[in-house]
Amino acid sequence: MRPLVESETKIVFDKLANYLSDLKSLIAPLDDGDRYVFRLNHSRVYYVRLSIANLATSISRDKLLSVGTCLGKLTKSGKFRLHITALPILAEHARHKIWVKENGAQPFLYGSNVVKAHVGRWTEDCPEHSGCVVYSMADVPLGFGVTSRSTADCRRLDPTGIVCFRQADCGEYLRDEDTLFAGGV
Amino acid sequence: MGVGRRMQKQGPPEPLSEAHYANLKRKKGIPVEDAPAEFPSSKKPRRGSQAAIKANKARAEASKPTSKQAKGANREPIALKDGKKTAGSKSKKAPAPAPGSGSDVEMDDEFGASDLDQAIGSGDEMDVAKAGDKFFASDDSVYDSDQDAAKKETFFFSDDEDEDDEDREEKLTAANIEGLSKKLDDKLAEEAADNEAELRDGALQTNIDGDKPNVLGDDDDDELSSKTKNLLAPDLQMLRIRITEAIRVLEDFSNLAEEGQSRAEYTSQLLNDVCAYYGYNEFLAEKLMNLFPVREAFAFFEANESARPVVIRTNTLRTHRRDLAQSLINRGVTLEPVGKWSKVGLQVFDSNVPLGATPEYLAGHYILQAASSFLPVMALCPQENERVLDMAAAPGGKTTHMAALMKNTGVIFANDPSKSRSKGLIGNIHRLGARNTIVCNHDAREFPRVMGGFDRVLLDAPCSGTGVIAKDPSVKTNRDEKDFQVLPHTQKQLLLAAIDSVNHASKTGGYLVYSTCSVAVEENEQVVAYALSRRPNVKLVETGLPFGKEGFTSFMGKEFPPSLKMTRRFYPHLYNVDGFFVAKFQKTGPTPPNAVMASKDKNNNAKPRSSTATDENSVVDKTPITEEGDNDEDGFAEFDDEEDKDYMVRAKRNAMRRRGLDPKALNKKAPTNGKESEKKAKAVEEKGKEAEKKV
Repeated sequence: MRPLVESETKIVFDKLANYLSDLKSLIAPLDDGDRYVFRLNHSRVYYVRLSIANLATSISRDKLLSVGTCLGKLTKSGKFRLHITALPILAEHARHKIWVKENGAQPFLYGSNVVKAHVGRWTEDCPEHSGCVVYSMADVPLGFGVTSRSTADCRRLDPTGIVCFRQADCGEYLRDEDTLFAGGV
Repeated sequence: MGVGRRMQKQGPPEPLSEAHYANLKRKKGIPVEDAPAEFPSSKKPRRGSQAAIKANKARAEASKPTSKQAKGANREPIALKDGKKTAGSKSKKAPAPAPGSGSDVEMDDEFGASDLDQAIGSGDEMDVAKAGDKFFASDDSVYDSDQDAAKKETFFFSDDEDEDDEDREEKLTAANIEGLSKKLDDKLAEEAADNEAELRDGALQTNIDGDKPNVLGDDDDDELSSKTKNLLAPDLQMLRIRITEAIRVLEDFSNLAEEGQSRAEYTSQLLNDVCAYYGYNEFLAEKLMNLFPVREAFAFFEANESARPVVIRTNTLRTHRRDLAQSLINRGVTLEPVGKWSKVGLQVFDSNVPLGATPEYLAGHYILQAASSFLPVMALCPQENERVLDMAAAPGGKTTHMAALMKNTGVIFANDPSKSRSKGLIGNIHRLGARNTIVCNHDAREFPRVMGGFDRVLLDAPCSGTGVIAKDPSVKTNRDEKDFQVLPHTQKQLLLAAIDSVNHASKTGGYLVYSTCSVAVEENEQVVAYALSRRPNVKLVETGLPFGKEGFTSFMGKEFPPSLKMTRRFYPHLYNVDGFFVAKFQKTGPTPPNAVMASKDKNNNAKPRSSTATDENSVVDKTPITEEGDNDEDGFAEFDDEEDKDYMVRAKRNAMRRRGLDPKALNKKAPTNGKESEKKAKAVEEKGKEAEKKV
């Protein structure tokens, strides 16, 4: 386990900036003198309190499977892929949001994109191809994705038109359990 | 969520239905009058020629009350000859057939037969395909010898015609209802009589002579027992009756026992019956039976045949129980709080949706967890800002429960030796939003060396699973003597490792909970007693659980320390939770250096026996530094206070670091720390801005 190097940090923050309005709050010092840090282990990026990260140094690399919250994976091609496990952190500071109606929650959780007919409401002035977090109408975060069009364009869309391309949804906890949490194997 | 198929199948098979006995008789060739009246008429056309069918038809027509229906029936053969309409549509279009005589079936049969005749000629494949079971059944009769085929068909069709019966009953008219019901009554009466005869014929020994039940082996009985061993299906009703009788005798032995029979004979008889009835192997049945009085043991075995209620635990990191209950009720789930003892448990009675795939589940608002699994965590009662270890964490129900109790503060080490099971563990930890966990993959016995100084440790040891037979019936047959030697050995090692991992000097904690989902004494009291003898620096404390039976202090000649009263046992038949055992320890001093490894302990057996002596030991051991100091005194140097101060400060810092805290943050307080973090924050902010520009 090690901290991210400069280039990796840049890749990760670039990705996160798609979704979050306030990156600074991610690493702001907490009330008790602690703060959150990013750590890399087996090409997975973890977001964890410093005190916990320090304690985790006593576990050897191959025995350490997970620490704190897994944000995603640095791929071999040098990109960063956000996992569904990052959802709570994205949902906390999300910039753009889409709320889907009750009838749209199930299809989304089964891995399909969000169509216009299912959208209950969304944040206005959302540009094209920007990350957004998908909530149910009860404000429960369900996943995240990328908008297909700007909000203005979406208004002209027919009901079956895709508003948001799915990137991760909570259903992956069941569907992809074998591959998603295989860090260190 | 309904009860899974696995759950439903676990019980003993249902007693055979009455129809089955009748069938058996029929097979033997004994004439049985209860065959449905339709059989002869339905058989004839199938095997007969077209002429026979027509003759039959004429009979049916004659019996039909209205001319309209007769017309409809008349039309039938023509349509059949056309061979264009399908069987289904025809039977729908056909008007109500003659009541009670089964002409509905006749028509289908006719169709099949005529189709058979015409299939080659017309070559209409649709018709052949749709002719249905009966067509193919009649086809079978071509290959079989006549006699057998006839028997088969009667057997086969008795099922099919039940459905037709229902159709017909809808069309009952006032004229025939009386006759039909009389027929049914007769049938039932005959079957009942048959049944009684069958029971009488069987080697029954349930007759109670006077007050004293005859349970033990007569010759007939032996016959029966050999039968039960040889036959595939033992006579379950018989066995059950005999079990209850034996229990009755054993409870009031002096009055009810037959003369000259010893208690042991009754017990062994009962044991055999229990093995046969519930499917345990003899070893396990005896082991379990010894845990309880006879009547209670029976209740225990019975409870193992029914599934425990489905319970979910609210994840208080994400939601509240009231909100969760409301949203699940809206999805059509019937539930209610699991009991006053838990504020997070919900018992599910009935559900229209799969509980493991609702949006609430995926969003981590609850986890499916047996009620018994709440107990060790409740006993451990982890506090905020503590360092906690879960030695066998998968699949993460208890780990996330602890995280919720600690409100995501402090740190939890979730260890599991199996990598494949760890995936589920990591998934649950992330789904339920526990952020303070470190998941590692050590053998838990390595633990004090990997990391020590925990405020609390939970050891939910791997066990034989004799408490969760309802969940996994394979335990009944899988476990043998060897398991009860190997598993306790592992558990003892684990428990010692767990004790050594606890930080006795913790201000808030110093506690350890040992739990198993087994009810066997070998895996519970014996392991705890062993740990108490090997580690004089731990003592048992009250678990703080509101229910549960006290642990054994003596069992079959073995004596355990009286403090084992403070452990708790949970049984399925008493509390409707899985069988479980919970013991809570408090560590009062450091582990003596000569007792770190169990192997070294052997040299040291004498010491821990008397508690006072061991206390002194631990007092001495508490200050190992003074021993070094003694050496120094003997040598040359005096104490150098200033130099010591430096060392002390450094030691303090190290201690802070070991606990995962930044020593600077507390020593020098805000300013420096603040500056550092500000710098970093600024750097990150710039990066963020760059990133935003790019977007």
